[in-house]
Amino acid sequence: MLDRRTLLLRTCGGLPLLATPSFAANPVPVSPPWIWDIHCHLTDAPGATPEDRLTAIVKYMDRVGIERVMLSLGYPLLMDPPPAQLREENDQVLRAIKRWPGRAYGFVYLNPNYLQASLDEFDRCVRDGPMVGVKLLVAKRCNAPELDPIVERAAALMAPIMQHTWLKVGGNEPGESSPFDIVELARRHPNASLICGHTGGDWELGIRIVRATKRLCVEIAGSNPTAGFVEMAVRELGAERVIYGSDACGRSFASQLAKVLGAEVPDSAKQLILGGNLRRLLTPILKAKGYPAA
Amino acid sequence: MIDVNVSLFRWPFRRVVGDDTAGLVAALRRRKVVQAWAGSLEGVFHKDLTSANARLAEECRRLGDGMLKPFGSISPKLPDWQEDLRRCHEEHKMPGIRLHPNYQGYDLKDPAFSELLHLAAARRLVVQLAVCLEDQRTQHPLMRVSPVDISPLANLLKSEPDARLIVLNSDPLHNLEQSQGLLSGGNSYFDISMVEGVGGVARLAKKVSIERVLFGTHYPLFYFESAVLKVREAEFTDAEGQAVLDSNARRLLEV
Repeated sequence: MLDRRTLLLRTCGGLPLLATPSFAANPVPVSPPWIWDIHCHLTDAPGATPEDRLTAIVKYMDRVGIERVMLSLGYPLLMDPPPAQLREENDQVLRAIKRWPGRAYGFVYLNPNYLQASLDEFDRCVRDGPMVGVKLLVAKRCNAPELDPIVERAAALMAPIMQHTWLKVGGNEPGESSPFDIVELARRHPNASLICGHTGGDWELGIRIVRATKRLCVEIAGSNPTAGFVEMAVRELGAERVIYGSDACGRSFASQLAKVLGAEVPDSAKQLILGGNLRRLLTPILKAKGYPAA
Repeated sequence: MIDVNVSLFRWPFRRVVGDDTAGLVAALRRRKVVQAWAGSLEGVFHKDLTSANARLAEECRRLGDGMLKPFGSISPKLPDWQEDLRRCHEEHKMPGIRLHPNYQGYDLKDPAFSELLHLAAARRLVVQLAVCLEDQRTQHPLMRVSPVDISPLANLLKSEPDARLIVLNSDPLHNLEQSQGLLSGGNSYFDISMVEGVGGVARLAKKVSIERVLFGTHYPLFYFESAVLKVREAEFTDAEGQAVLDSNARRLLEV
């Protein structure tokens, strides 16, 4: 386990670019901005086994100062996986987090097209297993009623749900959710902890779409490090609704971290985005499982 | 550090920190950049590239604090573009040019592009070719521009051994179908602004050799920190890091 100072120095110290007035000028802030990443996959990581793959990921995490990732999705990654494949991918994640319990928590991959199998998988991996959240990808748009039993079950255990969303100018894939869809879902489930993955990709639209749905958080992974993203999210949503994620290994930790470290927002906002908000969302389920305090 | 990929003036679709030249220079100085190769966003969209290039040169001279090297825009589809090239070289003393074929309506199979590459090589100008400027999926609906297909470059460069071409804003290892030939060639270089994936910059360096990898940020449209953190993620040796951050670019201009 890295101590707080080492993590901060690895993240910020020695990086001349980060010697900006805002973040690195105070290398040991009062609140520890240990970085938690809500969006990491085994899928594109190098390695023959799940354990090897997470070991490779941890090596890169250490280089840029990330303490913990929320791990989901295995290999081969299927967009509409049948139950056997869901189980296989979740087993891979279970093996990986068992190897690195201090560096990763698991999010269970579910497919609303196979509802009963998904509920069973939730029970196996979250209710009765070590995972702490849900990952939903592109098998079915998340405004569909089939999502309701999954969301209810996750909400009952206070498990956050990370829902992929995009808004492609050329049109989304058939099962691909948009921020509009997750807003619908959030209105049906006001007590659920829902996260708008990628902020819809086209974040200037995604932020506007979710703005009025106060309980909905956005996650910033998986798009170019376009300047202004985090500034607009903090301005319009408040820092407490913005969560750092990378979408590694398809994206680099580096390009996605830069969205926060390079943003012209207060240090306090960066601390929330880089880990404070995710810890807050996860604290109930971590406590329930008897995990160390976040 | 030498940043081979910054742009001056405003992006039409968004205001960003650093889209004023004085602010950009101050931001680069704070980040320990000693030299930045500056293209012009006016040069992407304007038809009167002659005046756009003159403004770029003047802006670099007046506000560049000795840091900015102007890279003028040339479109070989504009009438009398050869005169623009001459002015960039002889009057503005630019070390190179920056091309945006997809925004200016030609592809790399166009004979005009071959001629431009040849004339630039003859003048010893570095040629920067921007594959894209933003994610195609999030473009303005009235301004949808596909990335440049770079597959013709490998053969073109074989017949222009004196050319020095930098591919900007690309992720060649994620686009192997188009970049395979180029990766094995010798007189092409790649900036890291859009190289992605965990460890992506290290993989690129391993594939093409460290000497052909250049530190480029696509600032101010991208967060500057992205490129530096990628170098950090690559965990290069000191010599390798120095090559990417500085000496590879320096050597290119000295040739």
